[in-house]
Amino acid sequence: MIKEEGLKRRYLVQNIWFAIFWLSMILIAAVLGLILYFILARGIKVINWEFLTAIPRRGMTEGGIFPAIVGTFYLVLGSIVVSLPLGVFSAIYLTEYASSDSPAVKAIRTAIHCLAGVPSVVFGLFGLAVFVKILGFGVSVLSGSLTLGIMSLPVVITSVEEALKAVPLSFREASLALGANRWTTIWRVVLPSSLPGILTGLILSVGRAAGETAPIMFTAAVFYARRLPQSIFDPVMALPYHIYGLMTEGTRPDKQVPLAYGTAVVLILLVIAVDFIAIYLRGKSRRTRKW
Amino acid sequence: MEEIKLQIKDLNVFFGEKQVLHQISLNIPANKVTAIIGPSGCGKSTLLRSINRMNDFFEGMKVEGEIIFDGKNVYAEGVDPVIVRRRIGMVFQMPNPFPKSIFENVAYGLRIQGWRNKKAIEEQVIKSLQAAALWDEVKDRLYSSAFDLSGGQQQRLCIARAIAVEPEILLMDEPASALDPIATARVEELIRSLIEKYTIVLVTHNMQEAARSSDYTAFLLLGRLIEFGPTNQIFTKPQKKETEDYLTGRFG
Repeated sequence: MIKEEGLKRRYLVQNIWFAIFWLSMILIAAVLGLILYFILARGIKVINWEFLTAIPRRGMTEGGIFPAIVGTFYLVLGSIVVSLPLGVFSAIYLTEYASSDSPAVKAIRTAIHCLAGVPSVVFGLFGLAVFVKILGFGVSVLSGSLTLGIMSLPVVITSVEEALKAVPLSFREASLALGANRWTTIWRVVLPSSLPGILTGLILSVGRAAGETAPIMFTAAVFYARRLPQSIFDPVMALPYHIYGLMTEGTRPDKQVPLAYGTAVVLILLVIAVDFIAIYLRGKSRRTRKW
Repeated sequence: MEEIKLQIKDLNVFFGEKQVLHQISLNIPANKVTAIIGPSGCGKSTLLRSINRMNDFFEGMKVEGEIIFDGKNVYAEGVDPVIVRRRIGMVFQMPNPFPKSIFENVAYGLRIQGWRNKKAIEEQVIKSLQAAALWDEVKDRLYSSAFDLSGGQQQRLCIARAIAVEPEILLMDEPASALDPIATARVEELIRSLIEKYTIVLVTHNMQEAARSSDYTAFLLLGRLIEFGPTNQIFTKPQKKETEDYLTGRFG
């Protein structure tokens, strides 16, 4: 016979646990909401057309952030040019060609995981030593793109690998059984099927690269540039570094702090916009694929 | 005596330490349907996939013995498995069309062989869809996704895709097992109509299917060939006790 008393207690325990799960979820949503609220509340009033399209004036106490927007755009573009081909090619090698048992492949995977854990400021120092000094690229878009690109590689490789693994084995078998070799199969079946997944991973890593300060601090960014970069060997202003500069340099915090919040709003909105593109692409591919 | 299309001689297949096929010797006659039957795990699919070297992709796989196709052992040194697979087509258990249009699915094999002429590709695609008894159902929507087709239509599309490159042998790995009875009947009918041009090896664990669609039947048990002969003989007067026990459902 079931004791009613015990049954009631078990329901109580269940409800308490559900309440705990629910509260944690609410807490996280609240934290996100608060971040957005405080940044927007303090930054939104400085945002107008001039702020987005003008260059900074009067020792960065007035004017806009146009050069920083352009700079961040260049750096992101550059880091894609570096990380996309390298990331896609190595992911193809790891998933499609390499035997997963070989010690070399295991070592490479471990290395990729370690690379993902390296603090971004260390990447900055690495970029300074190698690209800025040894290779002589100077503080430039090129050095910054290479540094950001290398920093993004672990994320890009991992997400491309996931996208490739999601392509069913039966597609590969069908192609191979028709007399396609491995490369033809990858090029004509596997890559087209995994393209949305690859793009999603790429965009998410781009969003991360756009917001990083440390890797570009020594390699690409300057507080103030009188003109937009004319070549990849010019230094640039960048949104995250501009915030850092406004908060740590200069003598007019009363004017600079609101500008920093305004810049943060632009940066956050950019990153969110990029994430929404990724979500849209993923949703679209989920709707069209039926395997 | 019938023409022999494919000769399997003393075939042993190992996966790592485990021997999956033992001393299989089998002559596949040309322009007939040869069914390979047996309980799950008896090595039917392994045997089938050994013929077009699809087992090559499994790590630790080892093959001994010979499979003679067109006077040559497909496992001989210097034989390109890609060429073997172009001449020996395959249809899989689950319909596996590519995430492409109906037209592009059938054209795929032609394109990878370097066909460029649009007209020629189109003609071959139409011919293959007709041969696969699918043309009438898809002629108005050749460019819609292959995933919009029903399971049975998808399987016939896969057959059209396989015959578009005009192989000499078609290997079929339980092609109807994932289909409903009506779709199964259509696929079986199609298989019978294909033997004019092709030699077919059909793996199935459905004995009725083997009885209905094959000319010859090979019975496999635990990786060994128990009995091989004309289908009606195997089903009416099996020579071996194991075959009779299996066919009468004493184990399965």
